Amino acid sequence: MKPPAFFRVGLRFENIDKRYGALLALRKVSLGIAPGECVVFAGRNGSGKTTLLRVAARLVRPSRGALSFPGESRDGQPNAVRPGFVAHATMVYDELTAEENLLLFARLQEVAKPENRVEALLWEVGLSERRGSLVRTFSRGMRQRVAIARALLHEPAILLFDEPATGLDPQGVTWLAGAIRQLRDSGRTILMSLHGESEISSLGTRAIRLDAGSVVADTRTGATFRSILTFADA
Amino acid sequence: MSLLSNTAVLLGKELRTEFRSRELLTTTIVFILIVIVLFSFTFDPTSDESRRLAPGLLWLAFLFASSLMLQPCFLREQHNDTLSALRLSVSDPFAIFLAKLAANTLFLLLTELLLLPLFAVMYNVPVMQVLHWLVLVFFLASLGISIAGTALSAISAQARMRELLLPLLMLPLLTPILVASTEVTKALFDRAPYVQWKGIGFLAVFDVVFLTALWLFGEYLLEE
Repeated sequence: MKPPAFFRVGLRFENIDKRYGALLALRKVSLGIAPGECVVFAGRNGSGKTTLLRVAARLVRPSRGALSFPGESRDGQPNAVRPGFVAHATMVYDELTAEENLLLFARLQEVAKPENRVEALLWEVGLSERRGSLVRTFSRGMRQRVAIARALLHEPAILLFDEPATGLDPQGVTWLAGAIRQLRDSGRTILMSLHGESEISSLGTRAIRLDAGSVVADTRTGATFRSILTFADA
Repeated sequence: MSLLSNTAVLLGKELRTEFRSRELLTTTIVFILIVIVLFSFTFDPTSDESRRLAPGLLWLAFLFASSLMLQPCFLREQHNDTLSALRLSVSDPFAIFLAKLAANTLFLLLTELLLLPLFAVMYNVPVMQVLHWLVLVFFLASLGISIAGTALSAISAQARMRELLLPLLMLPLLTPILVASTEVTKALFDRAPYVQWKGIGFLAVFDVVFLTALWLFGEYLLEE
């Protein structure tokens, strides 16, 4: 994938709480993520991984605390701190073609020369020949490729992956791991939530374990890194 | 400029998906058609009786049909979590509302205009001489229904009993529109038709007030 042209941006979560009624989904989460880091969030279902990523995407407003994006960004480039988000839901329209979906989101994000950008991305994710097919006719793996292309349209400095491998076959997981590796090597900051150890989790440079909305472990070293991922599913 | 260009792009998407599937238009047209045909059997459509009853019947059919049309408005954005993708992409969330309410107004207006000739024939109501005034009332009322209905659709889509909630919230809120548009239409169907400016003014004020409220608070309706 094309390396980003302009930025090195990190994230800082400061004392973040998120409450849904009586449920406290995140409790006093304070984390600094350096530009270019590839962070794996592990934890049981309901531990707060998805909420944390949605806070980072600014889809969810924290009940308390602040989110900031420290780093270098080119002046007048608002897309630099608009993260790209890939979740297990594909976030694309089934009743539009792959090309129509990407053009729609490229135009909404005011990407320069949207047709060229979409053409390049369709080629990069291997969907050039199916560009005119409705997304509802795609396999799960192909839909996830469209989802990744959508997230990359505006060349984001930060990428968020929320359990991106859900429902993918082994070939799909291998393709996804390759794509994330390229994105990581291009210098982007990547945050992903995963279940257990996998081909994708091995790409992480840092592992953070969440439990009941709190950070309970955080490491960059090999043995502890692995234990965080495995213990999460134990 | 971002707001207008984002709205135009999203409106294009709404029109494309609807004209590709024709789900909303078909459902709404069939519903109104059934109401118009069924009621035409229940009373003798002499000219005087029609002038008295038909405006209320017409607007009741439009109102119930609009609740069918507005139900999927935000519900189908939840299927693949496309609402999140839209929120991540637009610079002003009001563009999402603006595009949806513009599309809903267009669909509703199109349905009303398509069924007006049939209504005129079955209920023996002359509409040609007041057609331009009828189009104005249809537009103002459809816009009001779409503004309030789109906002309520965003609220109900996040609730548990979403299918029930929208009509429950929408029908009482839209009663003033129903009353005003029925009164204006009744005046237009009179033997000596006249324009009831009070009703038209009320519809215009309703539209402005609700559109302003949506512009100010719409963002909060999309939050999780």
